[in-house]
Amino acid sequence: MSDQIQAVTMPKWGLSMTEGMVAKWNAEEGSTIHKGDELVEIETTKITNVYESPVSGVLRRKVVCEGETVPIQALLAVVANLDTLESDIDDFIEQYQSSLENRLAVQDKLDPSYERVEIDGQGLRFLRAGDSGQIPLLFLHGFGGGINSWMFNQPPLSESITTYSLDLPGHGESNKEIKAGDISAMMTSVVSFLSSLNVPRVHIVGHSMGGGIALKLSLDHPELAKSITIISSIGLGREINSKYIEDFIGANRPKEMKSVLTELFANNKLVSRDMINDILKYKRLDGTTDALRRIAADVFPDGYQSLIMKDHLSQLRIPAQCIWGTEDQIVPISHTNDLPSNIVTHYVDGAGHMAHMERSGEVNRLIEELIRGT
Amino acid sequence: MPKKTFRQAVHEALAQEMRRDPTVVIVGEDISGGLGSPGEQDAWGGPQGVTKGLMPEFGRSRVLDTPISESAFIGAAVGAAATGLRPVADLMFVDFMGVCFDQIFNQAAKFRYMFGGRAVTPLVIRTMYGAGLRAASQHSQSLYPVFTHIPGLKVVIPSSPYEAKGLLTEAIRDDDPVVFFEHKTLYDVEEDVPDEAYTIPFGEANLTREGDDVSIVAIGRMVNLANEAADNLQRDNIQCTVVDPRTTSPMDEDTIIETVEDTGRLVVVDEASPRCSIATDISALVAERAFTALKGPIRMVRPPHTPVPFAPELEDAYIPNVHDICEAVRSLVGKSQ
Repeated sequence: MSDQIQAVTMPKWGLSMTEGMVAKWNAEEGSTIHKGDELVEIETTKITNVYESPVSGVLRRKVVCEGETVPIQALLAVVANLDTLESDIDDFIEQYQSSLENRLAVQDKLDPSYERVEIDGQGLRFLRAGDSGQIPLLFLHGFGGGINSWMFNQPPLSESITTYSLDLPGHGESNKEIKAGDISAMMTSVVSFLSSLNVPRVHIVGHSMGGGIALKLSLDHPELAKSITIISSIGLGREINSKYIEDFIGANRPKEMKSVLTELFANNKLVSRDMINDILKYKRLDGTTDALRRIAADVFPDGYQSLIMKDHLSQLRIPAQCIWGTEDQIVPISHTNDLPSNIVTHYVDGAGHMAHMERSGEVNRLIEELIRGT
Repeated sequence: MPKKTFRQAVHEALAQEMRRDPTVVIVGEDISGGLGSPGEQDAWGGPQGVTKGLMPEFGRSRVLDTPISESAFIGAAVGAAATGLRPVADLMFVDFMGVCFDQIFNQAAKFRYMFGGRAVTPLVIRTMYGAGLRAASQHSQSLYPVFTHIPGLKVVIPSSPYEAKGLLTEAIRDDDPVVFFEHKTLYDVEEDVPDEAYTIPFGEANLTREGDDVSIVAIGRMVNLANEAADNLQRDNIQCTVVDPRTTSPMDEDTIIETVEDTGRLVVVDEASPRCSIATDISALVAERAFTALKGPIRMVRPPHTPVPFAPELEDAYIPNVHDICEAVRSLVGKSQ
């Protein structure tokens, strides 16, 4: 592998990303880098994130300077051996650049598209990505989230495993008319979703409220879950930042929404105009506010969590892990105290409630390792 | 999210609100076509085909083709709104409002005030505006400042398909008379638009670009030109904020002031005639409320004070363009090209 010349290219985060800007290089030309190193910070209209090197070797050439904006798939850097000839690197760059249009066309064809499924008269939107014969991976987002919550997780993980994400009832572009908003009702929808797609078993990754759904599903339907990863999950203790829930439901103007969303992150610079606009677009849809109120009333009545499953978790007979950003302001990190020993807890520094976005590389690696261990 | 044209977005807002609320009716000239004739029904659907398909679904009692008499059908719509319906009247070209202006500014705009708050007038007047279609001076004006001038009217100028659907839905559900401006060159523009109904509140500006150097406030179709200018300028490291006020009445004054306080420089882009326009209005607002934040003069990009020319070359020269906007911005940051 290391005798090849390897390309580092602009990643595609989320279906709508078409280009990105190289904000900052974290390595110099001539330095040795390893797969997983934080190589470059990339800014999109939605979010700024660190891109981890997909390859190991010597960083021989930076093709894109800081401040430059290039399309997805564009060549950012060349990684090779120390003794690879400069002229070979020049040839490699020239060849890559001349094939960029073809690559973009291929990417276009490979891109998954949103699908819909009807469950008990309720339309759910989902995204299927990746294609492998193994047991697939299911993402369950948190309160007010959606498919896009997994923009840094679903694309990379779908390279090795089939993945599904969905807009839970009342969320995203799924139906807003919900009969009940509690964890059991949402779990039932997820179970029906899986059976309608003929998926008998999944690895589950659940964030926050989605973590609560994941836990409930694993306990009530052990045959469906192959492994479970929960991130800043509910279901482990009574407390929840109820002011955040209320403010999120009430915020209808960009400025209000911005101050609400900054609570989710350790680094509040991550909240971009596009992120705010995407959430406002969702919140403007008829029925959204009612649905969110209904869910909040059922899941967090009187500002406290209604379903605590901590005492039952030792019954889980599947690999299970719990991931928590050390700066979480929404669900207290103290809820990870006294978890049964069958659940491994990982704390993620420099992350708030959205560890899977803020430290996506680390979280993706933990998810992959758990799946591989099964 | 599916891509839809501006035309589809407006059609969808009308159809969804007509399904949701049986009091929503639409009236106007040739909005269906074929009334009283033995020939093809619904052959026309308005000059842009926006309303085509509504008559077959909702019937002639809710999709009313009218004679060519704006003073009659706008007056009828005002009366219907005051007595329990939610009419959406199609004024075709805003240039025609001269003959029905009394109904709009002396009647509809005044009912709530003169009846002591005991009357509501949930009327929407959809109308086409703007130059660029070689339609000559009687079919190309941008007359939204005239309506913005009248207390009691709400004035909405969407810049894109997403904006159009959400703002029209809000307009139909609003209890006051709303004049809804559609730029005739935007109908084929495409954008992601949700299938579900949604509303965008009035009086809430949208920032379509964010940058520290210059604020560009643009109206209606001009928002798209301002965005393009901002993207071009970014390549020269000039960062612009672009503000789309969405509605000129009510106007989100605070957002405009806040962004000018951040950047210290203002360019206003307005397709309306240059005197007593939205550009002059916003300039006065900023001069009054944020004068000390300004690092240089306010620049207005607008057409000359003439009728819209018919000769294609002259019409093109008349309409503010991306180059004009870029030059106005460059003149403020001292990087002229």
